[in-house]
Amino acid sequence: MKFLAAAAQIGPRLGNLDANRELLAGEVRKAEAEGVDLLVFPELSLTGYFLKDMVPEVAIRRNTTAIREIAALSENLSLVVGFVEESGRHGFFNSAAYFEGGELLHVHRKVYLPTYGLFDENRYVGRGDKVRAFDTRFGRAAILICEDAWHPSLAGVASLDGADLLIVPSASPARGVSKANGEGGLAIQRVWQSLTRTYAAAYNQHVVFSNRVGYEDGINFWGGSEILAPSGEPLARAERGSEQLLVTEVDTANVRRARIASPTLRDEDLHLTLRELRRIQRSREG
Amino acid sequence: MSDLHANKFSLSGFFNNPSYRRLVLLDEGLIEDAMAELEVDGDLAAGLLAGFIKDEVSKVGVKKLVLGLSGGIDSALSAFLAARAMGPENVTGVIMPYRLSNPQSEADARAVAEKSNIRIEIVDISPQVDAYFERFPDADNLRRGNKMARERMTILYDHSAMLGALVVGTSNKTELLLGYGTLFGDMASAVNPIGDLFKTQVRQLSRHVGVPAQVVEKAPSADLWVGQTDEQELGYTYEVADAVLYRMIDCRYTREELLGEGFPPELVDGIQRLVQRSQYKRRLPLIAKLSQRTIDRDFRYARDWGL
Repeated sequence: MKFLAAAAQIGPRLGNLDANRELLAGEVRKAEAEGVDLLVFPELSLTGYFLKDMVPEVAIRRNTTAIREIAALSENLSLVVGFVEESGRHGFFNSAAYFEGGELLHVHRKVYLPTYGLFDENRYVGRGDKVRAFDTRFGRAAILICEDAWHPSLAGVASLDGADLLIVPSASPARGVSKANGEGGLAIQRVWQSLTRTYAAAYNQHVVFSNRVGYEDGINFWGGSEILAPSGEPLARAERGSEQLLVTEVDTANVRRARIASPTLRDEDLHLTLRELRRIQRSREG
Repeated sequence: MSDLHANKFSLSGFFNNPSYRRLVLLDEGLIEDAMAELEVDGDLAAGLLAGFIKDEVSKVGVKKLVLGLSGGIDSALSAFLAARAMGPENVTGVIMPYRLSNPQSEADARAVAEKSNIRIEIVDISPQVDAYFERFPDADNLRRGNKMARERMTILYDHSAMLGALVVGTSNKTELLLGYGTLFGDMASAVNPIGDLFKTQVRQLSRHVGVPAQVVEKAPSADLWVGQTDEQELGYTYEVADAVLYRMIDCRYTREELLGEGFPPELVDGIQRLVQRSQYKRRLPLIAKLSQRTIDRDFRYARDWGL
């Protein structure tokens, strides 16, 4: 199956839901005009990132008009949108929702909330407690939000759960402009490129990394969104720093070809992994 | 209690031992290693910083900028970045000499404006500074220096209102960390593009963006009296300061690790003391907590709230 995948590399406005709803709707119209089938927005694309005390003010519950309005945008193309989710008992989560055919299909709550250095997420939102692959019209997919992707254990679980498409909405701040390694460029971008490439190649899956742009309180989000083939090769890469709709054709037959060339999934030993993890767990519990 | 008001004019108090006139020397290798790691990708850094100015200023509906042009390298780099961000026609550099300032400072400031194509405005601060100190003729250099820095600040903020422009900061990371600036004086601004660049990085990036060589190469000075230089006051060069600060702050080396690398203990401890004692200059004034929700303690919003 061939389809057009896209990353909407946008710069949402901080805490301005109305402006961001319009921004998202505009990108959906642009993507529709290009015939895009799957459009992935960055992390917290509906709200902006450094929300702090704004979190409860911009939070949305699942069965609300706000969600139905976004779902309605997915009549013609599938959508991944990042937002602040409020649970029935008023927990707040950094979530990303998958919409298809006008319906909400799946929500991933970010599991690993960076709370160190310039990040303060766990002060404001709660931690998700699961990662699940889910069925889409493009096959089985999973969502990991930004820091989640720095935990290969989550990517491994998603792959074992059947995900052949890994969707990574992100809001990664730019840092590290040293030339010391001789390459130049952003240090954080180099690390991300090796992460996405590793997942694509090791799990023979397509990866859509959608990273935002713009500045919040002096912090730049660098963009550089990517769509990668199951061979590990980038199919398309967005510019650093500018708004862009990154579109490329994805052919699911390439998953098959990659698995023939490199049958890591066939050889993956779930029992060994579980046995060793249980042993480690027992030893940690003393 | 000069340490509570440490600025460019009082720091030598920390180093007024007999060897004060001699700069602290450091093993060349230690400096070279740090300088190599501090070398920035010029195109990338200048692009991020100009983008920062453009984004943060445009978001509040402003397109004009104003900054003090001293003739030194920090304000020169800020001016070049501001011109790149908003177009030089939207940037005004205010040159604010005092009657005892070195005439070369004004000439250098004009050279910066000419090369970056920004507009200039000259405001002589002598009348307002002298009028005040006629009542306090015994004031020392510390008080005079602080007063001048704060007079310049009020002029910049008046120009901000007059021009509908935001004030661009010109304090680099080295002087912010050492507290080598006047609180509510030269440290005041709306947006500071160079506050995360060490002084030696300011030099490197200044060369990269085309700041005139006469400005890049001259000895940094607060220009309060003839022959004054920052490095004489500090007791070490900016290369030395940056090598220590980079290892201590950015790389989080412990004191033991710094000494193990070969940094002299007096230098490490002196710099650590300056950083710690000037922490108050890098924070908002303390607010006594009474309510359930106190500004900046448990009332926390980004400045770009809703923008």
